[in-house]
Amino acid sequence: MKPPAFKYHAPASLAEALDALDAVGHDGKVLAGGQSLIPILNMRLAAPAHLVDINRLSELAYVRTEPGGVTVGALARHADVERDADAYAAVPLLRQGLRLVAHPVIRNRGTTVGSLAHADPSGEMTAVLALLGGSVDLVRKGASRTVGAEDFFAGPLESCIEPGEMAVSAYFPRLAGRTGTEFVEAARRHGDYAMCGVAAAVTLDDDLRVTRARAAYLSVSPVPLVLDLTEAVHGATPATARWADAAALAVLSIEPEPDIHATAEYRAHLARVLTERALRAAAQRATSTDVERTSR
Amino acid sequence: MTERMIGAPVPRTEDARLVTGRGHYLDDLGAGAYEVAFVRSPHAHARITSIDVEAALDTEGLVAVYLYEDLTGKVAEPLPLLIPHPALTHGRTAYPLAKDVVRHVGEAIVMVVATDRYRAEDACERITVEYEFLPPVVGIDKAAGGEHLVHADVPGNVAAHMVQEVGDAPAAIAAAPNRLELQLDIERSACMPMEGRGVLARWDEADASMRVYTSTQTSTGVRAAVAAKLELPLDRVEVITPDVGGGFGVKIVHPWPEEVLVPWAARLLGHEVKWTEDRREHFVSSAHERGQLQTVRVGFDDEGRVLGLDVEILHDNGAYTPYGIIVPIITSTQLLGPYKPGAYRVDFRSLYTNTVIVTPYRGAGRPQGVFAMERTMDAIADHLGRDRADVRAANFIQPHEMPYDHGLLFQDGRPLIYDSGDFPASLDKLKKLVGWDDFEVFRAQARAEGRRVGIGIGCYVEGTGVGPYEGGHVQVETSGKVNVATGLTSQGQGHQTAFAQVVADELGVPFEDVSVTTGDTRRFGYAVGTFASRAAVMSGNAIALAARKVREKALRIAGEALGADPGDLEIVDGVVRVKDDHSSAIPLGTVAVLSNPLRYAFDDASKAATQFGGNADPSRPPVAEDDEPGLEGRDFYSPPRATFANGMHAAIVETDPETAEIRVLRYCVIHDCGHLLNPLIVEGQVHGGVAQGVAGALYERMEYDENGQLLNASFMDFLMPYASEVPSVEIDHLETPSPLNPLGIKGAGEAGVIPGAAVLASAIEDAEGFPITRMPIQPSELFHLRRRHAAGEIPPLRRVRTAPEEFPTA
Repeated sequence: MKPPAFKYHAPASLAEALDALDAVGHDGKVLAGGQSLIPILNMRLAAPAHLVDINRLSELAYVRTEPGGVTVGALARHADVERDADAYAAVPLLRQGLRLVAHPVIRNRGTTVGSLAHADPSGEMTAVLALLGGSVDLVRKGASRTVGAEDFFAGPLESCIEPGEMAVSAYFPRLAGRTGTEFVEAARRHGDYAMCGVAAAVTLDDDLRVTRARAAYLSVSPVPLVLDLTEAVHGATPATARWADAAALAVLSIEPEPDIHATAEYRAHLARVLTERALRAAAQRATSTDVERTSR
Repeated sequence: MTERMIGAPVPRTEDARLVTGRGHYLDDLGAGAYEVAFVRSPHAHARITSIDVEAALDTEGLVAVYLYEDLTGKVAEPLPLLIPHPALTHGRTAYPLAKDVVRHVGEAIVMVVATDRYRAEDACERITVEYEFLPPVVGIDKAAGGEHLVHADVPGNVAAHMVQEVGDAPAAIAAAPNRLELQLDIERSACMPMEGRGVLARWDEADASMRVYTSTQTSTGVRAAVAAKLELPLDRVEVITPDVGGGFGVKIVHPWPEEVLVPWAARLLGHEVKWTEDRREHFVSSAHERGQLQTVRVGFDDEGRVLGLDVEILHDNGAYTPYGIIVPIITSTQLLGPYKPGAYRVDFRSLYTNTVIVTPYRGAGRPQGVFAMERTMDAIADHLGRDRADVRAANFIQPHEMPYDHGLLFQDGRPLIYDSGDFPASLDKLKKLVGWDDFEVFRAQARAEGRRVGIGIGCYVEGTGVGPYEGGHVQVETSGKVNVATGLTSQGQGHQTAFAQVVADELGVPFEDVSVTTGDTRRFGYAVGTFASRAAVMSGNAIALAARKVREKALRIAGEALGADPGDLEIVDGVVRVKDDHSSAIPLGTVAVLSNPLRYAFDDASKAATQFGGNADPSRPPVAEDDEPGLEGRDFYSPPRATFANGMHAAIVETDPETAEIRVLRYCVIHDCGHLLNPLIVEGQVHGGVAQGVAGALYERMEYDENGQLLNASFMDFLMPYASEVPSVEIDHLETPSPLNPLGIKGAGEAGVIPGAAVLASAIEDAEGFPITRMPIQPSELFHLRRRHAAGEIPPLRRVRTAPEEFPTA
């Protein structure tokens, strides 16, 4: 389990990094936290000829909270985002999801943008970006573009980042209105890839009636799946809403694959149970603490 | 008076070094060595038709490439069958590199030596092997069916068939008032030490000698094997175990192919050569354990007493049998636990499959046996509507029946005779510890909160400290410091601490002055190894005996020096003194000086010892005829048979009514290993064992597909539990000393793991209300069992039918 030879680039600035990526094109890969890339290299599942290490690009190590949402730079570690109080206040789902990402030592090293670029459909942050309708900023030498979550994920372990391009930041918008969120999952061990995970967002009107209920799913589809479940619970209060109906509706749109840890049937069952739990908790959050914050 | 060390909870002196990164493991050695990587079979069963190494030859840093055809002398022969047995009629072992046919994924085919491991792996990638596929035999059913064969010359894939019988079990069952039959299934797991295997070899051309460092559980075994395979005199081979990052059984197997090939290549190349196993290799080319299918037929009376027990076991031994049939023999004998089985018949077949070999993993066949017996006890209790603990108690061997002879032969070929134990007292302690009699109150409270809980119990007896022998050497230096050596190895058991405690007490020296060396053939050449919970029993007693010899000699020499009768002397804190006149005293270091008359002086102690320095009696030779120079002693301990430890575990689990997730709320252990040398170390052993027991019950398994591909050969998908999955372990001890050895101790190394699957199956079954017959179990499986139960395909437990209000509906 040793990687084949590669050329190591250690740019000191974003400009240098983009130069390097531009020069190596298809043969290049960005190294940030390395929590997925290094094992992939060691197992020789990938053999890029060039690694462009962005760990010296301190200009990208930021978590920036603005009225509209949170922007996370490419070198911000999961732990930086998880512990950022402003980011939590603006977008609680960030911390709700991050506490389920592996373990603290991995979160100390792994980057949030890196996990998006890895595009693992069992990654929590892919679901967070998808549910929030966030976006990723991609930059190449002389050009840049912003790609919405719905277009960013192309398939399992496949994003729309092109050769020569680098994801420099991700934007997680604050949800409008009286909205509560929750992230729940079932994993074999604490911190494992979930057998199924659900991120939920429920919005209430001023009479505390449900106006919107949505959920995003982990590990049950090739790319993050976002479902609008409003029709099952529209107009109900969090206490009277038939969350089970919303969960049943969700399961109709889910076709999970089996693996050695969970059959497809069990995964679908988990999706139903976890949808109900996540929606109920999100609605509870929307009724209480979120009132002041969203009106501020 | 010095505080007694034996029995004291002395913190482990080795830990500070090991946990601050100052240990030296195999891969920390041999910085300039060439490194080895292997081309291993990606197929479970195939004939090799061609190997093309051409493309690899210009790999930068390549040193050598070896195929089977390149092997010479005895290295080209099959690896030894270490433990032959008359019942193992069709034992087969692998060649160090595959010859013609590969029989499991991971079998080594080509050995590549390069200047480093990266380049060795580069070269491996460029080597092309072509195969003609043969039908893979995967799973016990397929093996037993015998449609396809793993070895063309082994009919029915049966390596061994063994029957042991006491009385007429089928007749006793037929005549019994109650009868049950159970079909049980237990899956594979593996040792998974933190450090994998590894070998470093250095050939000294001028000295014509070989030094091998290897991460093993038996350095003397590897030494003999290397000497035999390389056709070297034993005194030209030395084997040293550096720090070893865990063994758990897999490193008792020897010689591994790499332990032969690496020294062979080092001699051929005249250069240090090293191989360090990586995790993927460990999954597919070391060893697994546990996989068995069991059929139990039992007849019992209305009290639940077993009148006849008939067990058939199909045991999966993987592709080869280098370690013989130790595992199924242990299963078939240790299955009996603390119980009297009435008439007993056990019949096992050990079967070849196209999978990694099966050799002992901590517990070594006992977890399967205990699973069979304890599932049976629960089934009897349920059938009769009796308390599960009461049914066990009704079957216990009583203290006054010790020693108890089962009339069977144990794994060491000696009679299965329990030496001591008080099973009723152990059960009583366990029931109190876990709150057995109050559990229904807890269950009712939990149910009121919408929670589903269950309690389970499991008992075992473990033969520990098997022979044939171990030895110890104790030497007092002129500084008064004490060097202790024993031949068996250490993999984290705390031998430095435990053996130093023994010597401190036996010799009367400060604990801090004792240093212990294990697993170094330069220091002690005769040893068996560290396995079967035997190190404390075997080497502990041998070292105690050796220390007693040293003490005797010290008292004799000190008596002469002090003009006192040795019987009037004592040794306290490293000083020999007259018991009732402490002013008449001589330090042990000085006694060591006196014990060794010298010609040359090189320091103060030797000045005092030269033949020209003292005023020794000129009429006597400096060393008496029946004496030896030096204050040291060597002795061996060789018991007539194993000593039997025992334990009883109980667990409370919660199963999520919706997600079917399983959580262990409490795990309680009563443990009896005789006198405790060091309670901290014993409890640490139990904690680690329980972690592996929980692992084997709820998390770990080897997921082979029908083609013999191991689907979860990494720590991403092989679910070794984290600290977050292992319950806090509550322990209470009973100390029933062994009458078989001077220290009155029994082994403790495997205890924690043994009843894990049995206890958790018992608890999950109790929570769910239907039988659990297959372990390990994962939430996905429990979900499907619930579905089948709800559909009427799995009948409820009888106690659910009689008191349905106390159990959940599915």
